[in-house]
Amino acid sequence: MKVHHPHEKRRRAQGAYLIVALVMGTLAVSFFRLQVLRSDVWELRAQSNRVRQMPLAAPRGTIYDRDGQIIADNAPGYAITVLGPPDSIRATLDRMGAYMDLSEGHIQRLLGVLRRYGGQTLVVDADADFTVVSALEERRIEFPNVYIEMRPRRRYLTGEAAGHLLGYVGEVTAEELSSAEFADDRYQQGMVVGQTGIEKQYEALLQGRPGLKYVEVDARSRIVGDFAAFRQDPGEAGADLHLNIDLDLQNWIHHIFPDSLSGAVVALNVADGGVLALYSAPAYDPNSFVGGIDDAVWAELNTNPGLPLYNRATLGLYPPASTWKLATAAIGLDLGVVTPDETMPVPCTGGMSFGRDYRRCWNPAGHGYNNLAQAIGNSCNVYFYQLGKLIGLDRLVERATEIGFSQRCGIDLPQESQGEFPAGRNFWVETFGYEPQDNEVLSLSIGQGPNSQTPLKMAQFYLALARDGSAPPPALAKDAELGPGWALSLAPEHIASIQEGLRAVTTQGGTAHIGTSLEYWQVLGKTGTAQNTQSIQGTEANHAWFAGMAGPWDGPPEIVLAVIVENGATGSGVAAPIMAKAADFYLRKKHGIPIDSIQTYGEHLRSGRPTPWYRARYAPGAGSGR
Amino acid sequence: MTRMLEKWAVDPMLVLAVFIMTLFGIAMIYSAGVVFVPTEVTRDAWIRQGMWFGVALVSFIFISRVPLRWVEWVAVPAYVLAIILLAATLVVGIGSGTAAGVKSWIAFGPIRFQPAELAKIATVLVLARLLSQRDEPLTSLRDLLVPSALVGLPLALVMLQPDLGTAMAFGGILFAMLFWAGTPVALLLLVASPVAALILSFSSTIWSAYIVGVIGFLYLYRYRLFMFESVAVVLANFAAGTIATPLWNSLKPYQQNRILVYLDPEMDPRGAGYHVIQSKVAVGSGGLTGQGFTLGSQKRFDFLPEQHTDFIFSVVGEELGFIGTTLAIAGFAFILARLVRMAVDSPDPFAGLVLLGIFGTWLVHIFVNIGMTVGVVPITGIPLPFVSYGGTFLLTSWVAVAIAVRVAHER
Repeated sequence: MKVHHPHEKRRRAQGAYLIVALVMGTLAVSFFRLQVLRSDVWELRAQSNRVRQMPLAAPRGTIYDRDGQIIADNAPGYAITVLGPPDSIRATLDRMGAYMDLSEGHIQRLLGVLRRYGGQTLVVDADADFTVVSALEERRIEFPNVYIEMRPRRRYLTGEAAGHLLGYVGEVTAEELSSAEFADDRYQQGMVVGQTGIEKQYEALLQGRPGLKYVEVDARSRIVGDFAAFRQDPGEAGADLHLNIDLDLQNWIHHIFPDSLSGAVVALNVADGGVLALYSAPAYDPNSFVGGIDDAVWAELNTNPGLPLYNRATLGLYPPASTWKLATAAIGLDLGVVTPDETMPVPCTGGMSFGRDYRRCWNPAGHGYNNLAQAIGNSCNVYFYQLGKLIGLDRLVERATEIGFSQRCGIDLPQESQGEFPAGRNFWVETFGYEPQDNEVLSLSIGQGPNSQTPLKMAQFYLALARDGSAPPPALAKDAELGPGWALSLAPEHIASIQEGLRAVTTQGGTAHIGTSLEYWQVLGKTGTAQNTQSIQGTEANHAWFAGMAGPWDGPPEIVLAVIVENGATGSGVAAPIMAKAADFYLRKKHGIPIDSIQTYGEHLRSGRPTPWYRARYAPGAGSGR
Repeated sequence: MTRMLEKWAVDPMLVLAVFIMTLFGIAMIYSAGVVFVPTEVTRDAWIRQGMWFGVALVSFIFISRVPLRWVEWVAVPAYVLAIILLAATLVVGIGSGTAAGVKSWIAFGPIRFQPAELAKIATVLVLARLLSQRDEPLTSLRDLLVPSALVGLPLALVMLQPDLGTAMAFGGILFAMLFWAGTPVALLLLVASPVAALILSFSSTIWSAYIVGVIGFLYLYRYRLFMFESVAVVLANFAAGTIATPLWNSLKPYQQNRILVYLDPEMDPRGAGYHVIQSKVAVGSGGLTGQGFTLGSQKRFDFLPEQHTDFIFSVVGEELGFIGTTLAIAGFAFILARLVRMAVDSPDPFAGLVLLGIFGTWLVHIFVNIGMTVGVVPITGIPLPFVSYGGTFLLTSWVAVAIAVRVAHER
C-alpha cells in the first residue's frame, strides 16, 4: 500500500476535514450556547460586574422649635468611600493616612467592619473635612478607587444650649446594626444615625430612606463614572420634627445659668405639659460629635468632673427636700384628711415629739399654728409631720406612687431616670431589711428619707399644681403620643390654697421674694435645700431647688419651672432667680413685652435701677425677706 | 492580477485568508487597547503588531522563494539548535509580562524570542524528513518510537518550563503527522490511551472500566500488533493511572487550580476561576451581534484578563457577537482545511507532512485558545495564531505560512 498514493491521501484528508469540522463545530456550538441561548444571563452578569451601588445619603429631617425656628438642620458635607476588594481597600487606607487623620485604631475598626460585612464599598469618613477632601481630590490619580460625594451633614444651630435635649448623631456602629432597633433595611454601614437625645428618640422619623446611585468601576475598582442606564434613586428626606421647645427660652436659660455651676432647668407649658426648655449644665456642643468626635474632645468630655455629657434634667436624681412638701399637701387635700383652713393640732415650737422620736423644724423659733398656705409659706416641718401622720404611711406611699414618684415621667427621650421613692412597704424590707415603722412617714412627708427625684419629675409635679391637679406627661415633640399622665383630685379651692402657700414664699416677706419678684409677672414657687454626701461632710454646699410657676398677675400660671443648682447652697439664693428670670423671659416674649436683662427685683437693687413698679405693688421700704 | 497574486502569494487562497486574519487581529488588538484606564503598552500594541506584520510579510516573501532543498537541509540543524535553546531556557530563560512564571523566553540583547516557536517549525521539518523517507504506513508501535522521541524531546523540555499549552501543540504536530504518514487511527488511539488513563484516574470506577475497554480493544486489534506491544499499551495505561496522584501532587497549586476551575469556574470566582468567568461574561454579553467594535464594556472596564494576547477572542466575542465569532471560527476552519487540501494536492510526501505538521500545531492553538475563552478547555495560555498580540509569534506563524506555500508549490 502506497501511503502517498493520491487515493490514500484523499481518504486521510477526509479524516482531517472531519477533525476540523468537529473541533470548529464544538467551538461554534459553545459560542452559540453562550452568546445566543444564554446571552441574557451573561449580560446581566456583565452589568453587575461593573456597576456598584452606592448609597445616597438622604438628608435628615429638620428639627424646629415651637415657633418654627430651626434647631437642627443639614449643611453640605463630604463622605469618603473606598471601593474594591478588601486587600486593595486596606492598601488604600494605608496610603490615605498621609492626607487625613487615620489612626491605627480607626483603620482597625474599619477593617473590622469590612471583615464583618465584606462587600465592595467602605465608608471611611462619613463627614470629612474639606481640607482632607481637597487633598484627596488633588491626588485623584493616586486614589482611583476613592469616591468622594456630597453628603448632608448635621448642624445644630444652638450649639451647647440644646445639646442634652437634641443629643447628637454619629455613624452607626456594628453593634447597633445588628440590634433590633436598626433591623430596618434602610440601615447600612456608614450611615449616620441618632445616638442620644431627640436624635435617637425620633431616629426612625428623622432618618430618611437612603437613595441609590450607580457608579461604573473597572476590574480594579477604579471608578470610571456614574452609570447612567439605571436611574439614580434620590431616596427620601427624613421627616421634619416640631418640638414644644422654645428655642429662645432654651438659649436664655443657657445664657443665665452660672457657668461655674452644675444643675438643670426644666420648663413646662401649663397649657399642655409640653416641654418649653430642658437644660442641663455643664452643657456640651453636639456639633463636635458630627462626623466622629475628636479624641481629645471626647477625652475632655469624659474626664471633666462636671460630667457635661450627663443630662441632669432627666437623669439626675436629687432629694427633693422641701419642694416635696407640696406633694404631702396635695395628697392630704386629695384624700380629704385636711382642709386648707385647718391648722394642725400641735403648734410648731421648733420641733415635735412622736413617741420617743423628737423631730425638729428647720426654724428653732417655731411657726406656731399654721394653716396649709402658711405652712407652705413657712415650709413648716411640724405641720407636715402631722399631716403626714394623718395621711398615714400606706396611703402616702400609695398615692405618691400613683402620681409616679417611683416611676418615669415618660418624656420622649431615650433615657430617663426613674424616681426613687417607696412603692410600698416592702421597699423598706428590700432596701433596708426591716419592716417600716410608722414614723417613716415623718421623713417622707417633708421630702426626706428614701426619696430622689429628677428635675423633670418635680417640674411635672408642679405642673399639676399649676393646672387642675392633672399632669400630662412632658412632651418634647409637638405630636408626641405619650400616654395619659396622672391626676390628683383637687378642687379649685385646694389649688388656690396651695398656690396661696407658694405665693407666701415669693411675696414680700417670703424667702425667695427678692430673687423672684418681677415687674409684670407673679411668681409662685417653693425652695428646697437638699443635702448630699459632700454637704453632709461639709466640703460642699447643699443642692438648691426651686420649683414653681409664673404667669400674669391677674391670670393663671402659664409656665412651670423646676431648677436645681448643685451645691448652690439655698434655693432662694441661686435657684429661685434662675427660675424667675427664665419665666420672665418666656412670658415677656409670649406677651410681647421687650426683653430686659435686668429682670428680678434683686437685680434691680444691685444695678441701682429704680423700681417704681415694685413700690406700686408692695409697701415702701419693705422687701427684706428672710 | 491573479498572476500577480500567484507570483507574490504563491498560494493566494491560504495567504489571503491568513492576511485577512492578521489584519483582523490588529484591529482587535487596537480595540483591546481602548479601555477606560489605558496604559502605554496596551494603547500602542496594535501599532507594534502592525510593524511586526511588516517584518513578517518581508520574511514571507523571502522564505517562500528559497529553494526547497534549503528547507529540507535546514531541518536538522534547526532542530538541534532549537533543542539547545530550549534546554538553555531552563537555565537562562526569562518570564515575560503576565506569564512571568513561565521561563520560556530567551533574550539576546534587545531581542527576545521563544525558542519553542522555532522548535515547532524545526520539529515539523525534521519529522517530515524522517517520515517522508518511508513509503509504507507505520503499523506497529515500534515504528512510532523514533518519531515519538523526536517530538517528545522538545515536548518534554517545554513541559519543564512549564508551558503546558505549547507542549500540547507538539502533541498536535506528532499526531497530525503520524496520521498523514499513514498510521492507523486505532494505533494512534492506543498511543494516546495512557493520557486518557491519566485523566480518568480521578475515579477508580471509571478508570477500571476504561482499562477493560482498552484491553477489549487490543483483543479486537490483536492481529495487527505484536504481543509485547499490547502488553506495553496495557502497562502504560496502568502506569499512567498509578502516577496520576503523585503527578497531581507535583503540580504547582496554580496548575491544579486551573484544572479544578475548568471543571467548576464558580469554585473560586475571584481567584483561579476569575479569568474564565470574566471571559464568559464578556463573550456571553456580546450576544448575537455584539456590543460593537471597541465598545465592549467588560474589556473597557479591564475585567478581561490578557485581552491583547491569550483572551483576544473574548474581545471578539464581546464586541462582534456570535456573528463575529462564527466568522472568525469559519476563517480558521478555512485555513486549516486549505492546509489539508494543499497536502492532498502536493505530490511530494515531504510537503504533505510539513503541511499536516503545521495543521497540527495550529489546530491545537486555535482549539485551545478559543476553547478556553468559553470554558471548553482549561486555561493554558497559548496564543491564537495571527490574532493574538505578540511579535515573534506572528513572525513565526508567517514563516510557517511561507514554508507551507513553499513546500506545497514546488513544481
